[in-house]
Amino acid sequence: MKKKKFSWKQVIINLIAWTAGLIWIIPFMGILMASIRPQRELIHGWWKLEEVTISFANFKNAWFHPTAPIGEGIKNSLIVAAPATILPIIIATLAAYGLMRLKFPGRRVLLVGIVLLLSIPQQMVAVPLFQTLLDFGILNTYRGLIITHTAWGIIWITIFMRNYLTTLPPEVEEAASLDGANRFQIFTRIILPLSLPGLASVAALQFTWVWNDFFMALITLYDPEKLVATQRIPLLKGQFTVDWGVLSAASLLVTAIPLLVFVVLQKYYVKGLIGWTSK
Amino acid sequence: MKNRLSKFLEVVIFIFPAVILLLIFVVIPAVKTLSLAFLNADGQFVGLLNFKEVLLSKDIINLERFPTQSPPWGALIHNGLWIAIHLPSVVALGMILAVILRDAWGGKVIKSIIFLGMITPMVVGGGIVTFIFDERSGVVNGILRFLGQDQWIRSWMVYPDTALLALILGSILLWTGFSLILYSSGLSTIPQEWYEAAEVDGANSIQKFFYITVPSLKPVTITVVSMSLLWELKVFDMVYTATGGGPGASSTVLALRMYSLAFRALDPNRSAVIATLLTVLTLAIGLLLARSTNKIQE
Repeated sequence: MKKKKFSWKQVIINLIAWTAGLIWIIPFMGILMASIRPQRELIHGWWKLEEVTISFANFKNAWFHPTAPIGEGIKNSLIVAAPATILPIIIATLAAYGLMRLKFPGRRVLLVGIVLLLSIPQQMVAVPLFQTLLDFGILNTYRGLIITHTAWGIIWITIFMRNYLTTLPPEVEEAASLDGANRFQIFTRIILPLSLPGLASVAALQFTWVWNDFFMALITLYDPEKLVATQRIPLLKGQFTVDWGVLSAASLLVTAIPLLVFVVLQKYYVKGLIGWTSK
Repeated sequence: MKNRLSKFLEVVIFIFPAVILLLIFVVIPAVKTLSLAFLNADGQFVGLLNFKEVLLSKDIINLERFPTQSPPWGALIHNGLWIAIHLPSVVALGMILAVILRDAWGGKVIKSIIFLGMITPMVVGGGIVTFIFDERSGVVNGILRFLGQDQWIRSWMVYPDTALLALILGSILLWTGFSLILYSSGLSTIPQEWYEAAEVDGANSIQKFFYITVPSLKPVTITVVSMSLLWELKVFDMVYTATGGGPGASSTVLALRMYSLAFRALDPNRSAVIATLLTVLTLAIGLLLARSTNKIQE
């Protein structure tokens, strides 16, 4: 390493960088401080540190909250997010492979159609979807929300996986089909194992999006004990007086799961986001 | 040669599950919404009457108050302001911070901190933004108090003239992580030799930024702009938590109007009009993006 000379440019760059870091960490510090300190220490600003009492009472109160217990919400969110991640991955990866390899009439129309669906906002389906779920008898059930997320996940995962699969070398498939393997065997034994990095990206993003979803949950689940975690945050906030301690603790609990996914799958998460949005 | 039956079976296994789910839960509901927009409450065809009524209503565009008086200015104008403030901010901040954090000590840590806003569910984001603008506990008012700007000290979310602005500013904080991550990865694709050649020609840092970095990042900028536009048009969660669109509709947005019309006012037809307008806008952006990146490659 060559010795770096002192330069004003470096000083300015670091100064701006750390100012930005400070600006962006302050809101999250505030939430953290509010969650572990009692209300009386917050009313003149959480940054005042003359008296600091650390307690986890807010977390307990958020977890067992009388009207919107976050613990129950997190359990419900897991019940929804796990299948709503796995199901669309299976269905969409099958479709992505089929769109790439199978020759059937309407293939191109279908592909363009799915690309167009990428731009449809969820608001466009809200009212009729409510009726559809009601007709199927799955309104206000986890199954209803899971199948809704599955359908919406299929759209982007099909396109993502199709782009991913086209980067795999075709030779491996040709070798296997010469050995007499059928399409389905080629898919499960060759394509899926080769797709694992792409599937990890998809799983990280789909899980996070389902977990963070609020709109679809809002229109499909309404029994108080069935609400998922994100639906309980506005309920904890109240209209005029806000218990910042409980709300902050609840916010941290709800954010902890996607944060954990990000930390564990960071490489795949970022790769997925970049590949997904700019491919 | 495979026979036709097994070929058909392949399509059934690989393609049908996806197509059936998309039809039932996306395509058919979307078509129904489109048709609702042209019907009245009794199911009779009324042409563009609903569109006329919605676009002329003060909930959507209120030219009596905009721009001379304080909000509410109507949901469409609110979304428009969101775009006008949020879009240039996240593009500029993302690009400049990507360049600075690449060279700064601890840049990776700071990037992760900024990206926290993207990991946070947006309902939680709405709570965070309310908190930083709270009168007594909020850091923004703490700074204003320190600076002696007492006339601005207040809980920003409960006043009609500041709620929308506070939400937009807060959303910049939450969304910059997205543009930053994309620009950071875009930077790594610019050949180092270009900068070295520019240095030989005597270019300074500012010139290198505007003549090499900005043009080279154009494909990333197209993605960032279209994704951010889609988000700004569809923004819902954080507004719902922070203000519920209030006070007095002063911070409402199109997606929230659509929701309240459908599920509170029980007026699916006007709600469908807003949903359709949103879809027209998002489809236009999606098509422009697809065209500029040749997404549909065969």
